[in-house]
Amino acid sequence: MPLLETHRLHVEIGNTRVCDALDFSVDAGDRWCILGRNGTGKTTLLHTLAGLRSPASGDIKLNRQSLQQLPRKSVAQHIGLLFQDHSDAFPANVMETVLGGRHPWIGPFEWESEQDFAIARAALKAVDLDDMEQRIVTTLSGGERRRLGIACLLTQEPQVQLLDEPTNHLDIHHQISMLELLQQQAEEDKALILVMHDLNLALRYCNRFLLLFGNGETAQGTASEVLTHRHLERLYQHPLQAVQGPHGTVWLPQ
Amino acid sequence: MRVRAPTLLALLLLLTLISLLISLLSGSLSISWQELLLVLSGDGDALTTQVVLDLRWPRAVAAFTTGALLSLAGALMQVLLRNPLADPYVLGVSGGAATGALLALLLGLGSLWLHSAAFGGALLSMLLVFGLSHGSGSWTTSRLLLTGVVIAAGWGAVIGFLLALSPDQGLRGMLFWLMGDLSYAASPTTGFLVLIVGLLLTIALGRSLNILTRGEQTAAALGVSVLPLRRIIYLLASLLSATAVTLAGSIGFVGLIVPHMLRLTGVRDHRLLLPAAALLGGSLLIVADTLARTLLAPRQLPVGILTALVGVPLFLVLLHHGRGLHGETR
Repeated sequence: MPLLETHRLHVEIGNTRVCDALDFSVDAGDRWCILGRNGTGKTTLLHTLAGLRSPASGDIKLNRQSLQQLPRKSVAQHIGLLFQDHSDAFPANVMETVLGGRHPWIGPFEWESEQDFAIARAALKAVDLDDMEQRIVTTLSGGERRRLGIACLLTQEPQVQLLDEPTNHLDIHHQISMLELLQQQAEEDKALILVMHDLNLALRYCNRFLLLFGNGETAQGTASEVLTHRHLERLYQHPLQAVQGPHGTVWLPQ
Repeated sequence: MRVRAPTLLALLLLLTLISLLISLLSGSLSISWQELLLVLSGDGDALTTQVVLDLRWPRAVAAFTTGALLSLAGALMQVLLRNPLADPYVLGVSGGAATGALLALLLGLGSLWLHSAAFGGALLSMLLVFGLSHGSGSWTTSRLLLTGVVIAAGWGAVIGFLLALSPDQGLRGMLFWLMGDLSYAASPTTGFLVLIVGLLLTIALGRSLNILTRGEQTAAALGVSVLPLRRIIYLLASLLSATAVTLAGSIGFVGLIVPHMLRLTGVRDHRLLLPAAALLGGSLLIVADTLARTLLAPRQLPVGILTALVGVPLFLVLLHHGRGLHGETR
């Protein structure tokens, strides 16, 4: 049974048609990557899939139930989203921020339990921030902020994890370790949908691809089905060259 | 955070008790500790008992209630507008109340009418802003803030107009009302009940408020129903401010500064911040009001002047030694 599926989904933002009649289905173990040029609506599509904005038409179903009709709290128990960037008007420390991920799981009159703290600590450890629990978030570096966001998502424990450019601000070591961590998550009956600009990292860590061409047209499938020379040059409007690397094909811009 | 919460609340409760005692002891009739104890145990002489129980006690309770309501409303407005500079009056509630009150004073109506007119004006302003800020688009923070600020400016013009119209002998009462004054305060019982209900509600919403400070989109992704929550906060904060303004006029500064005093000492969890703000704001206003009626006795000063006189240095010291508005340690 698919965790998340869309039926004839039509999404628009401004004058951009993001997708037209998109049928798309996400199963446990899937690691999807949404690819497209700047401004084709990758983030908009991700937010629509998370239920944060309404599609122009079409349905999104979460475990066979209409996403728009589910209460926000139960959506958040199943779908988590890492935003492209963060803003702060009020201060918070690292532990408080990560514990926010437990919000959908705690009742209105309950406080965070020891178990919630344990989940949060494990998530911080998984992203290498376990010695920073008391640090104020605004004093963290961009890469540390990014990993904090991923830790918050892990603490939320959703089945479907949506991540908007998760490797932004990360050094090479942490790009690989975070993607491996996410890949591992997907193996435990979860699903990932990433928006990525690094085609080669996407090829290495994702097993399904959704291409947004910017005019409503899309293509989806495995790497061998959709990541063809013709598709990719059309997608990025830039000449590319395929080279064989140690992990398979690597695409280089010319 | 959880370990510190009881300590902080206990300290603030102690502060409230101390300020309450000081307020009961101070005034033109000097009362000693022993006499106060006798009065409280029911054995005091008639005059002392009357001064303490009929004059000073209701006034101290009114001061506490007003300060607590304003601090609570201020903290809520700051979260609602995601703006640390927001205070309970920023969206025009006090302007509406003042217009109602001044109109009642101008028409020479009695004090019961004064309070009803103030509360009616505050409610009218609240509904006006709520309705107009919807517009055709969504209920965004900036639209709400702009609508509120513009309505507040409109009330400002009406208040100026009413002041210009009113005869000279009425001006003093009006100015006192505009600066906030507890000497005409109605019975604080209703206000105190509103405070308790508001406090319980906000504590229940506390964790959602924590999440909402991270931004609406993030809050929605973490399972907060943002629009209903923001409407509840708006209505609640407006009702709390309207109740406070009806009790004692537009006392400035408390609602803006008290939540920040707590934030500067590192209190961030709204489940703790809100009750703590109520206690701190309440005791700050008891102290300010005691000073207002004793400093230049028998002349009474508007308490709004004293809240600023007490609050400004206190706040600056905290800002200088504390963690900074964004909580960074220096």
